[in-house]
Amino acid sequence: MPHRTFFAFMAPSILAMILFITLPILSVIVQSFYQGHEAVVVTVENCTPFGCESQTKVDTEAMAKLQAEAPMGQFAGWANYTNRNHLATAELAQIWAEGGDMLAKVMNLPFYKALAFTLTYCFLVTPLAMALGFAISLAINTLPSVLKGPAIFFSILPMIITPLVGSLIVAWMFNPQGIVGASLQSLTGDPTLSLRASAPLTWVVLLGYGIWTNAPFSFVVFYAGLQSVPQDTIESARIDGASRWEIVRFVIIPHLMPLATFVALVQLMDNFRVFEPVVGFSAEANATSLSWLVFNDLVSADSQQFGSAGATSVLTIVGVLILLAPVLVRTWRDFNRKAV
Amino acid sequence: MANSSPTRLPLGLRALTLGFLAVWLIAAAFPFVWTVWGSFKVEADFFSRQSFWNAIEGVRTQMQTGGAFTGAGYEGAWIKNEFWRAAVNTLIVTISVTAISLTLGTMGGYALARSGQRYAFWILIAALVFRAMPHITLVSGYLLPFFQLNIWGYLPTTIIVLVAINQPFTLWMLHSFFLSIPKDLDESAMVDGCTRFQAFRMVIIPVMWPGVITTGLFSFLLGYNDFAVTSMLLRQENQTMIPKIGSFLGSIQNEGNIMFAVAAVVSATVPLFLLVLFFQRQIVSGLTAGAVKG
Amino acid sequence: MTMNFRALAGAASLIALLAGGANAACMIEGAGSVRILSNDFDALRIVNDTAAECASDAVKVTANASAEHKNIQGPALSANPSEYTVAVVANNSIVPLLSGDLIRPLDDLVAKYGASLSPNQLIKIDGKVMAIAFMGNGQHLFYRKDILEKAGVAVPKTYEEVLAAAEAIKAAGLMDHPLAASDKPGWDLAAEFVNMYLGTGAEFFAAGSADLAIDNDQGRAVLANMRALTGYMNPDYLTYDANELNKLWDAGSIAMMTQWGSLAGAAIGPDANPEVAANTEFAAAPTLAGGTVPTAALWWDGFTIAKNISDEDAAASFQAMVHAISPDMMKANADKATWLIAGFEPGKAASGVIANASGGARAYPMQPYMGLLHTALSAELADFIAGKEEADQALADVKAAYDAAAKEGGFLK
Repeated sequence: MPHRTFFAFMAPSILAMILFITLPILSVIVQSFYQGHEAVVVTVENCTPFGCESQTKVDTEAMAKLQAEAPMGQFAGWANYTNRNHLATAELAQIWAEGGDMLAKVMNLPFYKALAFTLTYCFLVTPLAMALGFAISLAINTLPSVLKGPAIFFSILPMIITPLVGSLIVAWMFNPQGIVGASLQSLTGDPTLSLRASAPLTWVVLLGYGIWTNAPFSFVVFYAGLQSVPQDTIESARIDGASRWEIVRFVIIPHLMPLATFVALVQLMDNFRVFEPVVGFSAEANATSLSWLVFNDLVSADSQQFGSAGATSVLTIVGVLILLAPVLVRTWRDFNRKAV
Repeated sequence: MANSSPTRLPLGLRALTLGFLAVWLIAAAFPFVWTVWGSFKVEADFFSRQSFWNAIEGVRTQMQTGGAFTGAGYEGAWIKNEFWRAAVNTLIVTISVTAISLTLGTMGGYALARSGQRYAFWILIAALVFRAMPHITLVSGYLLPFFQLNIWGYLPTTIIVLVAINQPFTLWMLHSFFLSIPKDLDESAMVDGCTRFQAFRMVIIPVMWPGVITTGLFSFLLGYNDFAVTSMLLRQENQTMIPKIGSFLGSIQNEGNIMFAVAAVVSATVPLFLLVLFFQRQIVSGLTAGAVKG
Repeated sequence: MTMNFRALAGAASLIALLAGGANAACMIEGAGSVRILSNDFDALRIVNDTAAECASDAVKVTANASAEHKNIQGPALSANPSEYTVAVVANNSIVPLLSGDLIRPLDDLVAKYGASLSPNQLIKIDGKVMAIAFMGNGQHLFYRKDILEKAGVAVPKTYEEVLAAAEAIKAAGLMDHPLAASDKPGWDLAAEFVNMYLGTGAEFFAAGSADLAIDNDQGRAVLANMRALTGYMNPDYLTYDANELNKLWDAGSIAMMTQWGSLAGAAIGPDANPEVAANTEFAAAPTLAGGTVPTAALWWDGFTIAKNISDEDAAASFQAMVHAISPDMMKANADKATWLIAGFEPGKAASGVIANASGGARAYPMQPYMGLLHTALSAELADFIAGKEEADQALADVKAAYDAAAKEGGFLK
């Protein structure tokens, strides 16, 4: 395809993406290398309905002058990335030198604490949800066609309920007084059992919720893929004496492999940005994620920390790139093959 | 149809399959059924800290309203809080987002699929990386320029932003979909004297619908379920459903009205219900066509 | 800060409109545009609606009540002319506006149009009026009269007495988990620490600088107290925020808690559990570690006027807001909030906040770096309150997180 035609087709998409994604990302990246100007504060007397106190305030005139000279702030190099709230390089070095219970000390650093849950979630939920989705698609495929429609419909439900409220309601069901939590208590005969009190149980519930919401996407894709498995290959395999399991293993799974790559790609990316379950389940004490760190800097904070949020966001992108590297290499090879 | 028909499954395996399916369907549908049921109770029952039996028996609903069921949540959301306004805004936003991103996406996805140039690959990769950016960070960056240009708060701004944010996914899906349409189809049209645009319009458009509908469904869901963008970029009268539901939940020092949110969520799911029922077959066929070569 | 007595939202605004109509009409001198940005809850919606009565041919009034107001206000007021002429703020959310020089001094406007304001409504920064307060809030003690009576204990005045009372309730077999607090990591947990630390009388920062000063006996006493309280709480306390507390309270499973005054109305309102509501009483927050004032931050909600707007719009906006918080509005909605408006007679729901204030509780600090400390506390106290680390480690973590953030903000070198 000639370059001109290509860009004629692509122009609107590229324009939209450059304006609203590339430029903001570049500005976030630039911002993440800067820190605020050295603040000029003055002590003043502040009076409120509840009395007067002497407190500091920013000297806005002095700051305006600094800001006019260098609108971006002070250049900080990698400081925003290496400080204690992000990669914590100095702290890591110190922990390494000290020895002792290194894991616990590393987990005490906010970035690594969040990373641990993010990676666990990403690497457990993605394959398990895919496996569940695959199993559901196989099972639904054996149903008589009258039942298929409703079964498909109900299977997609977890994907389409607004996460904001979906996680709230599911979280509620897992509460000790909720229907699932209370039933578990009476099943196990342990009236003090709470799925929200301890870290391991909280993780289990969050992972379970993740699998529940992610399985439908895999299911839809795999079910669609099943419809295109060549019938004659299956027949001939059966004639050769292959068992059901062998047909699944050697005919169906290879056929679905390209689909599985596609699903894995999308799901790994989305799961790396896990956020709603943490907030919906009020699980901040036991599980935080990288996206939650960004949220904590930007949305729930009284004074927003753009540099810090920018650094975490850039690290998130880098993390996704590392995760996706194998798939990217593969796509690159496919692409070159096609180009030739 | 693929593999085995139900009659050929041995009894044991069949029981196992049905049992598994039953468990899954209950797990998938129960929270929703529970929510629909609970939306007709008062908050003290549906979210009872005493026992979930309250939600079933409706003790406090009885006490507060005199009946076992109440439409107070719906009334509060739709009438007192003018949820219909948010519903209208959502309709405008989602339909526009879906239409625009599909129009731009089919053209872009087609070009990406047919171009063998390196830059096409890099555009795809860049699109993928763009997708990884947490949305809150992006949105925080929009605020100042939008206020300066005086375009903050309006529906068109939000629509364009949602289209842009959605575009990487749309391009990827449609690109892999177009890959599955044989090249010969449009190339032979061009041999017959069509330009690229004419070939696209007359040969490709008629066969691309399954893929477009599937992608459209995902765009639709994105616009519909978005919270990060719509909550920060819309003023009160232009608010869509999800941020409105968010505001029912209350914040740190003020109590929300969770039953309004629950009723709103149930109502918000109804159109999705119909949509999925309507497009069920297309989603499935579209995904196969599009993603096999993913 | 925020007041929301869960009344029927729509009915409330209707009453406000009717009441407004019956009262003196809004008279604005001059012309202009009034554009209000506020948080989204009942009491503020009433204020916004009352301001809208000032609309006329010459004056246009619009309001945007948004839960995201805190994140929108900075960029919105930075633009010139700014998107909003009025930003409704509180102790914490005024700080970024002050630091960014985005709001204007109101002294001239107060002199000209502020006759109905009482002097204690004026928020003065360095002698200049920067905001006009109209509501108050704070966390105070909720207790169950019947349970305390059965356990034979008096209403606690200090946290030592709270712990003793909890022990007595437990010993009497009345409740296994008589206490609760909003200990969910995040804004809530940090607020618990800030409240108690304020009550000890100590300062968060070294005088005149951004150096953190909480690593002291008071800081340790606060953490020890927070830990001790968790001993009498349901094991799920890590997931409790303020809204959750009210529901637990309503279910009758708590005997004592410190909770927002803005949620007091709901606890004794018509929709509350009648047995619990009848026995719910409010008092000032307890004192701690020999401190003499209630361990609670006092909050105010007030309005500010943007800097980057014409003087004409500023004058119109100020007049509309003064009308919106007039004593007439307050009288028509007396039970909706703890109003800081002349003539307010607090009902039962407001009694706790008033008790805090008259007990000498301190206001939530307005230092420019207080928000950074709050964020650091919100994440770094999680392990401590979960019982996974000790007080020394927690204080060291908070300091490390705060220092990193304060360096990034330019407050520390």
